[in-house]
Amino acid sequence: MLHIINFAHGSVLMMALYAGYFLFSLFGVDPYVAILILAPLFFCLGYALQRFVIAPISFGKEQNVLLVTLALSIILDNLALFLWTSTTRSIDVSYAENLVDVGVTMVALPRLVALGAAIVIGLLFWLLMTWTDLGKAIRAVARERQGARIVGISVDHIFAMSFGIGTACVAIAACLLLPTFYVTPQVGNAFILIAFTTVVLGGMGSFIGALVAGLLLGIVEALSGILLGESLGQIGIFLIFILVLLFRPTGLFGQRAL
Amino acid sequence: MKRRGFDAQLLVLLALGLFFLALPQFIHSSFWLGFWTMALFFALLGQSWNVLGGFGGQISFGHAVFFGTGAYMSAVLQVKFGIDAWTSAAVAVGAGALVGAFIGAVSFRYGLRGSYFALVTLAFAEVFRVLVNAWDFTGAGFGMLIALKPGAANLQFVDRVWFYYLILALVAITLAIAWWIEHSRFGAYLIAVREDEDAAQALGINCFRVKLAAITLSAALAALAGIFYMQYFLFVDSHIAYGPAMSINALLAPMIGGMGTVLGPLIGAVALGGLSEFTSAAIGKTPGVNLLAYGILLLIILRFLPNGLMGLFRGRA
Repeated sequence: MLHIINFAHGSVLMMALYAGYFLFSLFGVDPYVAILILAPLFFCLGYALQRFVIAPISFGKEQNVLLVTLALSIILDNLALFLWTSTTRSIDVSYAENLVDVGVTMVALPRLVALGAAIVIGLLFWLLMTWTDLGKAIRAVARERQGARIVGISVDHIFAMSFGIGTACVAIAACLLLPTFYVTPQVGNAFILIAFTTVVLGGMGSFIGALVAGLLLGIVEALSGILLGESLGQIGIFLIFILVLLFRPTGLFGQRAL
Repeated sequence: MKRRGFDAQLLVLLALGLFFLALPQFIHSSFWLGFWTMALFFALLGQSWNVLGGFGGQISFGHAVFFGTGAYMSAVLQVKFGIDAWTSAAVAVGAGALVGAFIGAVSFRYGLRGSYFALVTLAFAEVFRVLVNAWDFTGAGFGMLIALKPGAANLQFVDRVWFYYLILALVAITLAIAWWIEHSRFGAYLIAVREDEDAAQALGINCFRVKLAAITLSAALAALAGIFYMQYFLFVDSHIAYGPAMSINALLAPMIGGMGTVLGPLIGAVALGGLSEFTSAAIGKTPGVNLLAYGILLLIILRFLPNGLMGLFRGRA
């Protein structure tokens, strides 16, 4: 939304997956319950990270943000590698294999929950952006930073707030993923380009765009996996990313040029 | 003023050249020879990045795509076609330059700048990684292995000191190129594009052509690093060649040493090598520790020394 390209997003996801993993394996906290703990925790983390690390170091320059978040992701990934080694971990919940009949096909329960949660979060997001003062302030800062500052919005605070919201969402996503997924220190890398592709394809700052793009990408990934085979299938996402950046940088639903 | 700085830099270059030439006389362990060889290798890779990212301001997150093309091209030509190492190397440099020109042409033609250029280079590297990893001809998941056939004709040396001299010569060439960029009209154009592309365009500089030339040159140098890597280790796989780690290695040295300076990548590479050895000595050889230290160092440099370690010297001069 604020045109912050956060390279550490994948690493934050990885950290959240580990947090969820340890909450489950050490304290027996169910991943879905862990949302209640991890979402606020990661919100604070994201807020602090933007306000006290990324903003002061990058001096407000866009390319520096990219480099600072790159440095952060190197640090986080290797910290995880150092602390928890490269062992692949996953958790075992009783309902992971539960299948639900959705008419056409059978779907694993956790995936259905994830879909539902994604729609609910998308809706909440939209409400937040359109109806609250915070949402208005974020949109104002995105559109006209100087103007927002003049009318009394604390731009630093808003940047950090939206960063915090972003990391909180990542934490929720991690909790939703955990029942059907695994954790390694490198797991974030697999998601980072997919996430960027979704946002760029949908159009920066457009929620409907991101949702539609997410669906489209899911279809593309599944299709290219079927058509091109396991190892070549991943190429679909990257190609789409390149093509969208080259030919339609505003995305499907975006209005503003880059 | 300008004249004096120019002379001082030449003197430093000359002194460094003598130091590196004489170095093997004082090294008697293969460990330290390997250390300096790898430091020079990263200096070469870093300098290739510096041409585009440092002087031209086009931050690439996917320099592995050029590095990997150089490594794979020379390996495939030698293993699958039985072509000798020197010819393969020459073709591989050309292939790297071609890939650079292609990526540059499409991304600069469509006006990608800043973060978007960085991301698109990363995506290209990933595309190449997946392709090479999926294709049996390039060894798929197993990677490529060159048979051990020592001899200068095969670019393989029993006495590892020759690898040291080889990489030293390559680094010397890139230093000369960087020095030329700093003092040539082309370099002035390139720096103008970095500082303000719109203003440069308005002054009549053909930004597209300048950037295209820079990325082609940069890619050729990165391919050279890939070829050296291939001959030195005789093995490469898709993750080493095209993985994000190599792209990060390419940008770390100039970042730490000083972007857009002639000596920055070399200083950065030596500093990173030293830091890596220091951390493994202090904390142990646990995987991840040295990269962890790199990340922290990068943050510190970005915060306090935006001009890198070179900024320390420049401030005083």
